[in-house]
Amino acid sequence: MDDWAFWGVPDVRALSRIIALSLAVSVSATALATLFGAPLGAVLAVYRFPGRHILVVMFNALLGLPPVVVGLALYLLLSRSGPLGSLSLLFSPGAMVLVQTVLALPIVTALMHNASVDLWAEFGGALQVDGATRPVAIMHLLAIARRRLLTAVLAGFGRTISEVGAILIVGGNIAGYTRTMTTTIVLETSKGNLSMALGLGFVLIGISIAVSATIFALGSAEEQ
Amino acid sequence: MRLALAAVILAALSILAARSAGAAEAIVLASTTSVENSELLAHILPEFTRQTGISVRVLAQGTGQALATAARGDADLVLVHDPEAEQKFVADGDGAERRQIAWNDFIVVGPGSDPAHVAGGRDAVAAFAAIADAGAPFVSRGDKSGTDALEHRLWRMAEIDPVKSGGGSWYRDIGGGMGAALNTAAAMGAYTLADRGTWLSFGNKRDLTVLVEGDARLLNRYDVILLDPKKHPEAKQEPARRLVGWLASAEGQAAIGDYKVNGEQLFHPSADSPK
Repeated sequence: MDDWAFWGVPDVRALSRIIALSLAVSVSATALATLFGAPLGAVLAVYRFPGRHILVVMFNALLGLPPVVVGLALYLLLSRSGPLGSLSLLFSPGAMVLVQTVLALPIVTALMHNASVDLWAEFGGALQVDGATRPVAIMHLLAIARRRLLTAVLAGFGRTISEVGAILIVGGNIAGYTRTMTTTIVLETSKGNLSMALGLGFVLIGISIAVSATIFALGSAEEQ
Repeated sequence: MRLALAAVILAALSILAARSAGAAEAIVLASTTSVENSELLAHILPEFTRQTGISVRVLAQGTGQALATAARGDADLVLVHDPEAEQKFVADGDGAERRQIAWNDFIVVGPGSDPAHVAGGRDAVAAFAAIADAGAPFVSRGDKSGTDALEHRLWRMAEIDPVKSGGGSWYRDIGGGMGAALNTAAAMGAYTLADRGTWLSFGNKRDLTVLVEGDARLLNRYDVILLDPKKHPEAKQEPARRLVGWLASAEGQAAIGDYKVNGEQLFHPSADSPK
């Protein structure tokens, strides 16, 4: 494959594995974060219960969660001498999905909460007049909020695909197993292969654009 | 909900990918950055995996962190290069058997202009003293790696406290790996202590060049250490032992000696080690 010789990439198979793992980890983490975060955001907007404001403030504050701190905390939990050591998850793709889910969850939750507050003020009365219970109303709310959910999903994906600090700690950047685009860029920079690191950076940006465009297109098709 | 469907399919695919990767027996080797970044392990380990079916997951962490990782029980064996820290690791009951498998040497690199006039010398301690005297910029790893430990031993031998000496502004502790230190030294025109393996395979040398080499104190020995099953019963002893056996075997030693970058040998088999 002469095309890759330009970047100094010797092994196209290794590179495709790296790209595949990057996508698998960040898409899984985003999907999990959406699965839990979207309903949670809506619930926080619809239900009134003690401590709700504290939760809302907390999720908004967690938008600035430092990835290395989350990585370190999860490392200590998953270490064999930690409380969850028996799962043998440390230094595996599973641990990377877990840490990125934690990082993406506040983003999806906070954005969905914001969207739901507005929509509930507008449609909440109508949804309940129809006699729907609150859980059913939340389902309708999420359906109405599809477009904004899309923004939340894209923001979550953006965080996970570009993240490096946390997955480096819990994944270990093991060749052929937990090495992703971002950890490869860090590695190649440390090896002084700056042009290759930069080239991989452009590949990462390209992939990120392609995935975002695909999600966006799927969402737009849904609208019609 | 096409979106939900797409998410489910992608999640299923990723689980499949994770499953296939976890099929064979695998051990975790916590190692120094030099043997991984120089691609020595990537070069020699596939043959071991082909013969035994055991895949080796390499964590490149620097000696201090690698030993800490193993002490927490998160690795099955270590490959490191700091004799003092290794002895402590064994004395603490974490490590059981320690075996030298390769060696090369450390070198003092610096800018071609060589403001401290150390070029061509063989005495690393004298060179360090000259660098401190001249107040020439020096990049320190500061990450408790094997290289960092040797650097601090050399400053002690020179009876210099680099952090305080001459106001200390010439001494830059970057808290990073060997590659980061070389990148920084190249950009600043600074001196630094490097292991030869990383240096030879490093791609951004710019104006940096080897200035001091050949001091017996710059010997760099790489050891593998098996964990003590009494303290670490969860470590995979049997496959780890097979890896150590293979690295020390005639075949493994030949593979280490054969690895070259740009025609230069990076690591010497321990069989011909200068004791």
